[in-house]
Amino acid sequence: MTKGIQDWFAWSWQAIAKFIQDWFAGLWQAIAKFFAWIGGLLQTVWNYWLTQDLLVVAAFSFLAWMIWRGSHNERWQRAWTRFRADRSGIISLCVVTFYLLLGALEVMQMPVGNDVNQSVLDWSIEHSVGEVPLERSYSEPLATTHLDGNLGPLKCRHILGTNALGKDVFVQTLKACKTALIIGGLTSLIYIPLGTLFGILAGYFRRRVDDIIQYIYTTLASIPTILLLVAIIVASPWGKGLATMSVALGITGWVGLCRLIRGETMRQAERPYIMAAHALGQGHSMIIARHLLPNVLHLVVINFVLGFSNVVLAEAVLSYLGVGSPVGTPSWGNMIDGGRAELGRDPVVWWNLTAATVALFGLVLALNLLGDSLRRAFDPKRG
Amino acid sequence: MLNYVVRRLIYAVPIVLGVIFITFVLFRMVQSPEAIAIIRLGPKATRQAKDDFIKREWLDRPLSVQFVRHVKKLLTFDLGTSWKTGRDLRETFISGAGPTLLITLPGFLVGLIASVGLALYQVFVRNSLLDRGLTLFAVALMSVPTVVYIIFMQAVGALGLKYFPAAGFNFEGFGTLRFVALPILVLLVINLGYDARLYRAIFMEEIGQDYVRTAQAKGAANSRVLGVHVLKNGMIALITLTVAHLPALIMGSLLIENFFSIPGLGNVLVLAIQTGDLPVVMASVYLGSLLYIASLILTDVAYAIADPRIRLS
Repeated sequence: MTKGIQDWFAWSWQAIAKFIQDWFAGLWQAIAKFFAWIGGLLQTVWNYWLTQDLLVVAAFSFLAWMIWRGSHNERWQRAWTRFRADRSGIISLCVVTFYLLLGALEVMQMPVGNDVNQSVLDWSIEHSVGEVPLERSYSEPLATTHLDGNLGPLKCRHILGTNALGKDVFVQTLKACKTALIIGGLTSLIYIPLGTLFGILAGYFRRRVDDIIQYIYTTLASIPTILLLVAIIVASPWGKGLATMSVALGITGWVGLCRLIRGETMRQAERPYIMAAHALGQGHSMIIARHLLPNVLHLVVINFVLGFSNVVLAEAVLSYLGVGSPVGTPSWGNMIDGGRAELGRDPVVWWNLTAATVALFGLVLALNLLGDSLRRAFDPKRG
Repeated sequence: MLNYVVRRLIYAVPIVLGVIFITFVLFRMVQSPEAIAIIRLGPKATRQAKDDFIKREWLDRPLSVQFVRHVKKLLTFDLGTSWKTGRDLRETFISGAGPTLLITLPGFLVGLIASVGLALYQVFVRNSLLDRGLTLFAVALMSVPTVVYIIFMQAVGALGLKYFPAAGFNFEGFGTLRFVALPILVLLVINLGYDARLYRAIFMEEIGQDYVRTAQAKGAANSRVLGVHVLKNGMIALITLTVAHLPALIMGSLLIENFFSIPGLGNVLVLAIQTGDLPVVMASVYLGSLLYIASLILTDVAYAIADPRIRLS
């Protein structure tokens, strides 16, 4: 008798477990399929040349809109007045803008001939300096023959020489700017909304909401960043690539911003203007959108600038670990990664590594200095 | 005090569980059993081999059952074996800890002394042209990727000067120093810029305090005010910040060990990443987090010893 009941229980438990498992497996598969579909769709749309142009235009319009809105805000006006007097800030802003334009030119495509697209950067190089020919292999900067004498003379001189595939290093360095900007942009697109939203929610509602959000980010923060990054990329079902890297950087990156915004929101929420908004009967969403968000936005902007530099640096590290930009993508990380083997050659191939390092250094240094200047401009007392 | 320590330990329990959950999601749930089997056995594996693997690793059981097993295994440090080398991971990690500590510990201490020294010197000559130049220098140091430092040091120190070995590691008493000197130097340079800037900010905040003016009014020399009064008070903030970038220390040593072929934890992990050895990556994530959580607790305890007010809140 008891044996029968035991059997029955065992059977029904197994059935339930099986059901839950199947259901979960089905759900996971459906989610995976959905994402794969979205990914495929995005890939198709992305590959269409006009999309990229429109995205660049959209990004620049957004930037212009932000500046326009900022110019009507008293706090931002004051910050601009202070920023204008800061020489290093202005210089670094110019440098960052230069990189931004360079990246935008490379992202923008234009049709030339039948079904052939060319980036605007390639086009402008071709029409200003002339076509840059493809060589056979390495050549030193401004050399007239290949590094390996047997390969014969070069078709033309290259300012920074050519790489293993015979491509002009200078052009490759300029093109690589695109990869850095895309990773930085995608990552920011993920972590900025996440961090800002959670930070404001935690700081504004406190209690339970704060506890939960704090728990999530403390747990994430207790895994060393590089390990979490690598684990996400290695375990992701989409494989390695720019998108995966951006998602990983986004997931690890929002913690710092969230912490910052949470603290500032807590400070702001106790100020009289928020109390006044409450007294006037404004809803939570209204207070958050109209009062809190604009008052923490400067922190977001500063964090965005400094975070961008971290992403660019992280790309170099991840590319070395073999989980960064796919092989063949012109990226500074890949060029630096290749530099290790090239330095071991005889004669030493140093131009590839140097060009990538200098280009990356210029962008990161400018971003760091710009972030510092912005901080000083918005918060002269603490900066 | 004991009360505080116990409370701090209890707080850590849900976080450790959270970390375990994250590892479970990443290494068991995100990919289908089929995909995991392919990572393990390669794309050409037979149906039978894949099924055997899935059965052996319990991948066909319900997720709840798998999760309980996962938690049990991690809590008892039963980390399994490496997919590529077949070695027991516990053993691998214990044998790798020695070389890693030989680099990170001295590197950390030397780096701390150097960056505190630089920061104090900057405060000593504060707001001068030299100070601004040094700040710019610190930002510039921060703007170079770790990989470039390592490549550069290796090229100059080992291939150029031919004094240090380019790579390799050997326990040979005092001679070990030759192997670890370059890695330690790299570690120092990597962290110098960031740390010096941070510490300078702390000391600059301290220098505005009343006790500094009192000390100066008493007639204490400028160097004494900085080296004794400011340094002591700044230490408290310094402790927290030091721990806050322990993960960066792991990251730095990760690349350094791989470049200089030092058989430490970082090298084990890099090899695992490059070969898709999931158990090693998972174990590293888990152990790295445990170490970090433990060091956070230690900091808090040290902090509570230094400042009794913290114990009560």
